[in-house]
Amino acid sequence: MDWTYIFFTVLKAVIMVTIFMSIAGYTVVAERKVASWIQERPGPNRTTLPIILAIPVIGRIVTRLGLIQLPADGGKFLFKEDPFPGHVNKVYFILAPIVALIPALTTMTVLPFGEITRDGVTVPLVLANLDVGMLFILAFSSLGVYGIILAGWASNSKYPFLGGIRASAQVISYELAMGMSLLPVFMWAGGTLNLFDLVEAQSGLLFGCLPKWMIFFQPVSALLFLTALFAETNRLPFDMPESETDLVAGFNTEYGAFKFGLFFVGEYAHVTMGSALFVVLFLGGWSLWPLNIFGLVDYPAGILGAVLSALVFMLKTFCLIFFFLWIRWTLPRFRYDQIMNLGWKRLLPIAIANFVVYAIAMAVYIRFFNQA
Amino acid sequence: MAEKEVSIADIANRSQLFEEELKGETMTINMGPSHPATHGVLRLKLEMDGEYITKCDPVIGYLHRGSEKIAENMTYTQFIPYTDRLDYLACVHNNVAFALAVEKLAKLDVPERCAAIRVLCCELARLASHLLGVGVYGMDCGALTVFMYTFTEREKIYSRLEELTGARLTNSYARIGGLARDIPDGWLGKVLETIESCERCIDDCDKLLTRNKIFYDRTVGVGVISKADAIAYGLSGPNARASGVTTDLRKDKPYSGYEKYEFDVPIGKEGDCYDRWLVRVVEMKESIRIIRQVVDTMPNGLWYNDEAKRIVAPRKDKVLTSMEELIQNFMIVTEGPQIPEGEAYFEAENPKGWLGFYLVSKGGGVPYRLKIRAPSFCNLSILPKLLVGHLVPDIPVILGSFDFVMGDCDR
Repeated sequence: MDWTYIFFTVLKAVIMVTIFMSIAGYTVVAERKVASWIQERPGPNRTTLPIILAIPVIGRIVTRLGLIQLPADGGKFLFKEDPFPGHVNKVYFILAPIVALIPALTTMTVLPFGEITRDGVTVPLVLANLDVGMLFILAFSSLGVYGIILAGWASNSKYPFLGGIRASAQVISYELAMGMSLLPVFMWAGGTLNLFDLVEAQSGLLFGCLPKWMIFFQPVSALLFLTALFAETNRLPFDMPESETDLVAGFNTEYGAFKFGLFFVGEYAHVTMGSALFVVLFLGGWSLWPLNIFGLVDYPAGILGAVLSALVFMLKTFCLIFFFLWIRWTLPRFRYDQIMNLGWKRLLPIAIANFVVYAIAMAVYIRFFNQA
Repeated sequence: MAEKEVSIADIANRSQLFEEELKGETMTINMGPSHPATHGVLRLKLEMDGEYITKCDPVIGYLHRGSEKIAENMTYTQFIPYTDRLDYLACVHNNVAFALAVEKLAKLDVPERCAAIRVLCCELARLASHLLGVGVYGMDCGALTVFMYTFTEREKIYSRLEELTGARLTNSYARIGGLARDIPDGWLGKVLETIESCERCIDDCDKLLTRNKIFYDRTVGVGVISKADAIAYGLSGPNARASGVTTDLRKDKPYSGYEKYEFDVPIGKEGDCYDRWLVRVVEMKESIRIIRQVVDTMPNGLWYNDEAKRIVAPRKDKVLTSMEELIQNFMIVTEGPQIPEGEAYFEAENPKGWLGFYLVSKGGGVPYRLKIRAPSFCNLSILPKLLVGHLVPDIPVILGSFDFVMGDCDR
C-alpha cells in the first residue's frame, strides 16, 4: 500500500461527501420550493448577497430560485446560541444528532453512482465496491434510528420521549418488510449482493423496447421497498417521530442551533440516500432507457462516459427525491397504531408471500427449462 | 407419568391477580396552552397510559378578557367592536347577532335591504370560517396543502369584506337598527366571482381528502359523539348536526329573513370526526347557494331604520347639513341608543354553533347585564368525556374537527 493510493482514496471520499452533502442540503431548498409550488406561493426567493445581485442576469435568477437560502440557513444554524436545557443528559444529547447523520454518510461509500471504461474494462464509480454492498447498507442505515431514540431519551422530556418510542417501534417494524422485499430482487439478479453487479444485470432491453429494470420484474418488491423507505426515512405519511401536530416537534423538540441542523440534514441525507438506493435497485442505476433503444447501449470510454453515467444517475435520483417531496405535501399522516398495523399485518405478509412465490417460480424455471 | 393438567383459564385468572402491577404508571402530559394542536390557548392536562389517554382535564380562560363585564360600562353601539373579538373568524356574524339581540329587546325592525345584506355578510363569514376550519382540520391530519388552498380563498373573501366594511378581520359592520354603510357599487358582482373560486377550492379539497384512504382511516370512528350526548352537553352548530341532531336556527327560528332563501341543512349519522368534516364541506356549498340567492334578490331601499330616531344614528352627510340630524347624532353618540327597559335573549346560528346574547336593560344607552352563550365553550365541554380512550395522535384530529375558537370560549 503506497501513499498515493491512500491520498487519492481520501481525496475521492472528501469530494464525494461534499457532493452528497450539497445534494442533501439542496434537497431542503427543493422541498421548500416544491412545497411552495404545490401550495401556489413563491417560496424562498429573497435571500441573497449584494455580491450575487451584482451579477447581471444570473444573480437575480439564483436569488429567485432560492439557491442562496441553503448557505443562509446553514450559517444561521452555525451562529445561533447552542442551548442546553438543564434537564438533558449531556453526553447522549450531543451524541444523538451525530449518530443520526453518520449512517447516511457511511452507506454512501458502497453506493455505485456511475461507471468508467478504461482499456476495455468497465469498473464502477464507487468508493468501496463491496461484495456484500446491500447487506452493508441495510446494516448501517438501521443504525440511524439510534440517533432518534437517543435524542428522545437524552432530552429527558415527555414529547421527545414519545417521539423516540414511536421511532424505535416504527423503524424496527419496517426494517423487516424492507429486508424481505429485497430478497427476490437479489435472487433474480443471480444471488449477488454487489450493487454494481445488480446494475449490470439491469442493463439491456426486454422485448426490444422496455428496459430490463428490476421494477418491471419485481413490481411488488419495488412498491414494498418504496413504502418501507418512506417509513425508514420518517417522511410523511410516516413521520410519527416528529409529527408536529401532536408532538410539537417530536424527538428534536429540545434541540436547537447546529444540533438541530444535523438532524435536519440527516433526514434529507437519508432521503437522498434512499432515492439513490431505489434507483440502483429498481430503476437500473445509470442505464439510460430511451437511448438504448437506438443502439446507444454503452457509455463512451474515459472521463466523458463516467461523467455522463453519473449525471444520468443523479437525474433519476432527483426524480425520486421529487416523488418524496410530492407525497409529503399531498397526503395526510397515518396514526401510530395504523402504521404498526400496516407494517406487521400488510407489508410483512405480502413481502413473505412475494418472496415465496418468486422462489418457487424461479426454482421451477431453473429445474425444468434452464439447466444452468 | 402423571400428567399435570394446565388449563388456559387458570393462567388467565392468575394473570388477573397481577393486573394492577402489570399496569405500570401513567404519565401526565401537558398539552398547551401553546401547542400547535390546540388552536390558540386551550390547555389539556392529559393522563396517559402509553399513548392512550386515560384522563383529560381541559383548562380554559387564558384568553379571558371579561367581555360581559365590559359591556356594562359602554353603550350598545360601543360594544359592537368587542363582539368582533369573540369568534374572530366570523366577526360580521357576531356583529349581526348582537345587533339582532338588541333589536329584539327594542322591538325594532330593519328594512328588507338591511336584512338581506346581513344574511349575505353572515354567509360570507360562515364560508370564511368554515374554509379556515376545514383547512386547519386537514393540517391537523397532516395534509398541509389543503390549508394553503383554503386560506387563499378565505383571503379573497376577506378582501370582499374589506371593500364592504373597511376592515379585513374585525369588521364591526352591523349597527343597532341597521348597518354601518351601504354596499359599494359593483360589489355584488365581485362577490359572485369570489364564491365561484371558493366553490372550485371546496371541490379540490373534497377530492384531496374526502375519499383519501389515510384521511378516512384517521377520522372514521374517531371521536364519536352520540346524539344523546350531543344534546346533553349542549353541543350546537355543525358539531351537533354531525351527531344527527336536526338543529339549525336558520331553519328552526329564522331571523333576518333566512326563511326566504332555499337551502338544505346537512345532518350527520355517526357523529365521528369524518361526519363533522362532511357536514362542514356540505355547509359551505349551502352557504354559496344562499349567497347566490341573496345576490339575485337583493332588494332596494335603505340599509338602516330611519324611523327609530332615538336608536339609529343618521347618515353622516345629513348630520353635516341638517340641524335635526345633528342633534339626533349628538344624543346617540353621547348617551347611546335608547333601549327600553326589559330583557331579551337572542341566539343566532354562528359558524361554530349557537351564539346567544342575553341582555337586561334598565333603560338608557348602556346594558345593565349581558351574558354571552359562546358556542365554542359549550362544544368543548364534552372533551373530558370524548378524549378518554383515544390515542395522542387523535387529539389534533378531534380538536380540529371541533373547529373551536378560544376567543369565543374564554370571552
